[in-house]
Amino acid sequence: MNSTVKKNVLEPLFKNNPVFVQLLGICSALAVTTSLKNALTMTLAVVFVTAFSNVGVSLIRKIIPGSIRMIVEMAIIATLVILVDQILKAFSYDLSKQLSVYVGLIITNCIVMGRAEAFAIKNGPAVSLLDGIGNGLGYGVVLMIVAFFRELFGFGTLFGITVFKTVNNGGWYVPNGLMVLAPAAFFLIGGIIWVLKTYGKGMQDDE
Amino acid sequence: MNNESIFKTFGVATGVCVVCAIIVSFSSVALKGLQEQNKLLDKQVNVLKAAGLVPTDGKATKAEADEMFKSAEIVVVDLATGAVVADADPNKVESDKTNVVALTPEQDVAKIKTAPKQAVVYRFNDEKTSALKTLVLPISGTGLWSRMNGFLSLNADLTTVAGIVFYDHGETPGLGGEISNPVWTSKWAGKTAVDETGAPVVKVVKGYAADETEVDGISGATLTCNGVNGTVDFWLGPNGYGPYLKTLRGDAPATEANEN
Repeated sequence: MNSTVKKNVLEPLFKNNPVFVQLLGICSALAVTTSLKNALTMTLAVVFVTAFSNVGVSLIRKIIPGSIRMIVEMAIIATLVILVDQILKAFSYDLSKQLSVYVGLIITNCIVMGRAEAFAIKNGPAVSLLDGIGNGLGYGVVLMIVAFFRELFGFGTLFGITVFKTVNNGGWYVPNGLMVLAPAAFFLIGGIIWVLKTYGKGMQDDE
Repeated sequence: MNNESIFKTFGVATGVCVVCAIIVSFSSVALKGLQEQNKLLDKQVNVLKAAGLVPTDGKATKAEADEMFKSAEIVVVDLATGAVVADADPNKVESDKTNVVALTPEQDVAKIKTAPKQAVVYRFNDEKTSALKTLVLPISGTGLWSRMNGFLSLNADLTTVAGIVFYDHGETPGLGGEISNPVWTSKWAGKTAVDETGAPVVKVVKGYAADETEVDGISGATLTCNGVNGTVDFWLGPNGYGPYLKTLRGDAPATEANEN
C-alpha cells in the first residue's frame, strides 16, 4: 500500500507531471498564474475537484453504461466545481472575485476529465483518490513555479509581499510588462519543458 | 453484467442527475446568506474606502462597516433635475430595469451608452451638526477593455476630491489595472474636481501633475487613463451629478442641464 501511495501521489508531481509531460491543463495555467495567491487557491480547488471526481467516478464505475460514460463524468465534475465556486464566494469573496470565471472553467480542465477517463473508471476509489490528489498537486506545482516568476518579475512581489519595490509605488523596479500577460506563461512553461526534456532523468521522448 | 440496456442507461443518468442536483441546490441555498452578505460588505467597504473612512488598501469587518455606515445617509437622486427622490427605495433603484436613459454620442463621454435616471449616492454627515462631510458618488465608464465601476467622493466644499476607488474593472493587470492601486488613487485626494461654474476640471495627465486639477498619469496605461477622464467628466458633468451638486451648493437648479 505504501508504495502505491508513493507511486500515485508522487509520480504526477514530477516524473509524470500532467502539465509538463502530458501537456494537459495548459489553458488555465496561463490565466491564473499572475500571482502566487491565485495560483495556490486554484491548486487547492483543482486538487479537491480531481480527487473527489475520481472517487465519484470510481464508486459508480461498474454501473456506468459505456454510452453515457463521459456525460456522467462531466456531471460529477461540474457538480464539484459549482460546489467549490459557491464555497469560495461564501468564505473567500476577494479571492473568488479575482479568480472570477476561472473557477468555473475548472470544468474544462483536461486533467480532471483525463484522470476520470484514464484512471478512475478502471480503479478502486482509494487509489483513485490518491491519483486525483497527485495529479492535482502536479498541476499545482506547475502553477506555483510559473506564478513565482510572473509575480516576481511582473509585480515585484511574492504572495503580495514586496520584494522589488516598483516605480509605481515609489521604488526602483520597472515591472516586466510581458510577465503580466498570458504569453509569459507560455514561454515559461515551454522553457521548463525544454529543460526537463533535455536534462530530466527518464523524461526524454523515446527515439 | 450488462450495462448497456436502455433501462440501465436511463436509470444511471437519472440517478446521477438527482444526486448532483441535490448537492448543487443544497450548497446554493445553504451558502446564499453568506454570499449576499459578502457582496453587500464588499460594496460598503468600497464606499467607505472612497469616503476615506477605511484605508484604500485596508479591510473592514461586517461590524466595523455597519458601524461606520451609521453616519451615512443613503439618498436617491434624480440626475436630470438634481432633486432628491424621497420616496424611492435605494435597494430597488439600482436593479430597476426601467431606470435608464439613453445617451447621445456627444453626451456619452464615459462610453456607457445609457445612464440611470436615478442614482444612489451616499452622504456621510457630521454626527453632531449633521452637516455634510463627504459625498460618495458611484461612477462607471469604459476603460481600454471593459466597464470600470467605482466611487468618487467629494469633500464638504463639493469642489475637492476626497477619494476615488475602482472596485471592478477588466484592465490589464500591472498597466491599466493600476487604477485600483492605492498608491495611485491616493493622488486624487485634495485635487480640485470642478471649477467655480461647476464644470468638471480634474483630469489625469501624461507624466506628472502640474497643478491642483491634474493627477499623475499611469505609464503604459494612456487609454485606461482616458477612460478614467471620460468617466469623471461625465459623472461630474450636466448629465451626471452636475445638477445635484448645484442643488447642494444652493444654486438654483440649472435649466441648461435639462436642455442638452
